[in-house]
Amino acid sequence: MPKDHGIGASPKRREDIRFLTGEGNYTDDMNVHGQAYVHFLRSDVAHGRIVNVDTADAAAMPGVVRIFTGDDFADVGSIPCGWLVTDRFGEPMQEPAHPVLAQGKVRHVGDPIAAVVADSLEQARDAAEAISVEIEELPAVVDMASALQDGSVKVHDDLKNNLCYDWGFVEENRDAVDAAIKGAAHVTTLELRNQRLVANPMEPRVAIGEYSRSTGEHTLHTTSQNPHVIRLLMGAFVLGIPEHKLRVVAPDVGGGFGSKIFHYAEEAFCTFAAKAVNRPVKWTSTRSEAFMSDAHGRDHVTKIELALDADNNFVALRTDTMANMGAYLSTFSTSVPTWLHGTLMAGNYKTPLIYVNVKAVFTNTVPVDAYRGAGRPEATFQLERVIDKAARELGVDPIALRRQNFVTEFPYATPVAVEYDTGDYVATMDKLEEIADLSGFESRRAESAARGKLRGLGVNCYIEACGIAPSNLVGQLGARAGLYDAATVRVNATGSISVMVGAHSHGQGHETSFPQVVADMLGIDADMIDIVHGDTSKIPFGMGTYGSRSLAVCGSAMVRATEKIIAKSKKIAAHLMEASDADIELKDGQFTVAGTDKSVAWGDVTLAAYVPHNYPLEDIEPGLEETAFYDPANFTYPAGAYACEVEVDQETGKVTIERFSAADDFGNIINPMIVDGQVHGGIGQGIGQALLENCVYDDNGQLLSASYMDYAMPRADEVPFYAVDHSCQTPCTHNPLGVKGCGEAGAIGSPPSVVNAVIDALQSGGHDVTHIDMPVSPSRVWAAMNQ
Amino acid sequence: MYSFDFEKPSTIADAVAALADDDAQALAGGQTLIPTLKQRLASPEKLISLTGIPELQGICTGDNGALCIGAGTTHADVAAGAGAFPALAALAGNIGDPAVRSRGTIGGSVANNDPSACYPAAVLGAGATVVTNAREIAADDFFDGLFETALEEGEIITEVRFPIPEVANYQKFEQPASRFALVGVFVVKFADGVRVAVTGASEEGVFRWREAENALSNGMDAALIEGMSPNADDMITDLHGSAAYRAHLVGVMTRRAVAAAN
Ligand SMILES: Cc1cc2nc3c(=O)[nH]c(=O)nc-3n(C[C@H](O)[C@H](O)[C@H](O)COP(=O)(O)OP(=O)(O)OC[C@H]3O[C@@H](n4cnc5c(N)ncnc54)[C@H](O)[C@@H]3O)c2cc1C
Repeated sequence: MPKDHGIGASPKRREDIRFLTGEGNYTDDMNVHGQAYVHFLRSDVAHGRIVNVDTADAAAMPGVVRIFTGDDFADVGSIPCGWLVTDRFGEPMQEPAHPVLAQGKVRHVGDPIAAVVADSLEQARDAAEAISVEIEELPAVVDMASALQDGSVKVHDDLKNNLCYDWGFVEENRDAVDAAIKGAAHVTTLELRNQRLVANPMEPRVAIGEYSRSTGEHTLHTTSQNPHVIRLLMGAFVLGIPEHKLRVVAPDVGGGFGSKIFHYAEEAFCTFAAKAVNRPVKWTSTRSEAFMSDAHGRDHVTKIELALDADNNFVALRTDTMANMGAYLSTFSTSVPTWLHGTLMAGNYKTPLIYVNVKAVFTNTVPVDAYRGAGRPEATFQLERVIDKAARELGVDPIALRRQNFVTEFPYATPVAVEYDTGDYVATMDKLEEIADLSGFESRRAESAARGKLRGLGVNCYIEACGIAPSNLVGQLGARAGLYDAATVRVNATGSISVMVGAHSHGQGHETSFPQVVADMLGIDADMIDIVHGDTSKIPFGMGTYGSRSLAVCGSAMVRATEKIIAKSKKIAAHLMEASDADIELKDGQFTVAGTDKSVAWGDVTLAAYVPHNYPLEDIEPGLEETAFYDPANFTYPAGAYACEVEVDQETGKVTIERFSAADDFGNIINPMIVDGQVHGGIGQGIGQALLENCVYDDNGQLLSASYMDYAMPRADEVPFYAVDHSCQTPCTHNPLGVKGCGEAGAIGSPPSVVNAVIDALQSGGHDVTHIDMPVSPSRVWAAMNQ
Repeated sequence: MYSFDFEKPSTIADAVAALADDDAQALAGGQTLIPTLKQRLASPEKLISLTGIPELQGICTGDNGALCIGAGTTHADVAAGAGAFPALAALAGNIGDPAVRSRGTIGGSVANNDPSACYPAAVLGAGATVVTNAREIAADDFFDGLFETALEEGEIITEVRFPIPEVANYQKFEQPASRFALVGVFVVKFADGVRVAVTGASEEGVFRWREAENALSNGMDAALIEGMSPNADDMITDLHGSAAYRAHLVGVMTRRAVAAAN
């Protein structure tokens, strides 16, 4: 096997050639013959009753094909939620309808009221302005605590109140946890907000619906992380189109970060309207629309209590969270604060008793759903912040306190229902101390002080549950889908290979890393292998890419399918060499018979499969193509330790990140360069959350941070050069590659270390500050210092 | 955007004539106006481009050694060409990003008078003269609150004349998202006194901080304004900072500008 191609090599990303030269094929690059354009007229009030929508004048305007309102969707299904959460009393969550276009009420700024389809986009916009909309404005419910009060205005009139569910986990532990906290030697309490974020992928969402009257086939091109999931949700639940008449294609996608997992109203609209007007219908989101229609992330308000005994062992943990759902339930919204959050509250520590309560709340805001990390950043942030606070209260070294409480034996069953298969938290912490040069910190602090700056060091650990997920388990927990994945390995006559995978690459580099695995297994050049993804008509099935699952789940399916290819090709080789299958070995693309000098090449065998003149037709079929579905036995548990050093300007409150180090355990690594890149990007987003990003509504439900003029994204000069290391590797025990996933780690692991570092800096300067909510902006730091 | 007619005159006279039409609007670098049009927040029927007028371009030295900058000169050209007034060149070189600096013009920025823009602080701080097709307007009379100026309908800025100070410095504390000035302070020392102009902070737009000017008339020494900040009552409170924070930053940025100017 050439060293620069197989598992562990870092070939450059082949997809970057087209991305960097402008040859990518994004959905908005596509224009279909005869297409019309849709413009959505969106609500500019957060909450109101629709009294009248008069489209008569608008419909007569130039170029208008047709105008749709909520009434046109009366017979169409509701946009479904993919996860049913059961509350702590055993009752199902409250689940409101989510119409494609608003019916009766508008529930957030940006809620679509009408859709104008016209020959050109500008004509559609002109006509939208001529629609007369009469809305009786209602008081908006924005703040979660107020939304939960008795008598609050209801976002959904047909629900009991604004509480989606009150979830307790593990409910049986509730009293024991309370008792342990009461009796503990020390309890540290922290109240915090994990602020609302906007995902902001580089490419805004786009959808193009097409319909063929002659075949009855619908095609939707869309910016999705998981085209099969969209086919399932939209076809089965919303529009009632059977799979064989619905093709969903997600071509090149310019980033998703979770926000392109979900099935959105605009996708259903374009698919529906294409048939209704018998023309392709295209929608391209503007950046402004993205701020008010892409699902947002995070938005938790939390109180966490950590109880320690007299020897500083963690004895119990309790956390109470209000999680904002927004106005409707987006696809995975309900699972994020529960199963992707509560199950992670043990972190890297052997706390024996844990209780998690989550109240999910409807408000007049954009729906909230998974965003890079999804639930796990919220769990990690509160846990690692409260541990840091405890260390400061107790006057002990934060690293020593963590080490003392580490889980050290595996497998480890947590009190929050998951079992960590492998890990070595001591090793990643040791590695972190080395790469972050923690022993040199005091001299760097002195050097900062000489320049009038306060320097702080923040450290944290993280663990995440990735490779989402075992289907039977998630089914019990309320998932309305299985979470396996699939791959087809199609070997062509000359030995080249197309691998059809259910994972979708939108920045992850699958087109490079997946072939590395197959090349390694077969001992052939990776250039002979291409992957095909993102098109339901070309790939067997797939649940898509999120939750750092692509390699762990879909990659495993690809390994299983390749194993079947190897088994079959050995039979063919055995026939060609007149030997027994059991004696055939495959190495470096050559089949040999053990103990002899006989050999046939990979290409000879593949040719025989398609030109089966000399072939065991009585035993096996011609051709060489295999499919495997893989359902994981458990989550994977990547973990690591991160360190951040900041400088604080005491006069202005401005925080700058001076050093950032990450020691991760991702199990086995396929392409180290791609892993570095995933970690870099994740940390960049984590720093964005920690210092800059903030999605803010005013009391009337108006979005204040509605553009880049007010929503601060991290830029290159705000992040340092990172030191990242993934040499600590405890391979996953239950997938064939021993991989754990690396896509979300950086975003999960970085925010607490940044905030811990700021607090360290401020306290070192004599400021009595124990917490600042993210983003730790200059004005907040200044206010905290001058409170 | 809505549809509009487009004209690109090559003389100031033709531009002024074209702008006599009530529904016409001047278009310079478009860095403010184009986004406004794209959001359909403005609907001029005619755009009169000022970018094809040679008279509006370039930097030269005028009477009394003043630096005369044509209104159509881009931020990038000012950054590169205003060496005689280094604080001004530095200010221009730190506006937006390279694309913005290559298109945006001093005339457009001054005419727009965004309360967070940088140039108004320089113009007011230096006591520059805003020259239009019709008259000369002293900086102290030009800026008139948020997005308001002394310009009449159809009047265009042709040039801005900056007297060259003994020393000057601009300190900008960036708003984290837009990177416009959350607070920007332009401090200028002439033989006969010190001027301090503040942008980004006030509900009234760019203003002179007279107390600081008075204190500094005893010398360009940051210690003379130690602990001082303007009254927070008139300051902006928004997502990015309270009025009190902005008032505090005005003090900090002024002291830094004074220290850096020396
Ligand atoms: C991403 C970005 C970042 C920016 N960052 C900053 C920053 O940090 N600091 C800062 O100060 N600015 C910043 N700006 C604004 C930038 O400096 C603009 O270029 C400037 O405000 C407007 O200049 P313009 O030439 O583009 O004018 P235009 O957008 O063409 O016009 C603006 C207005 O001025 C009028 N106008 C133009 N020229 C004249 C004239 N000669 N006489 C009379 N009226 C005229 C127009 O009719 C219009 O009303 C930023 C802009 C962007 C897009």
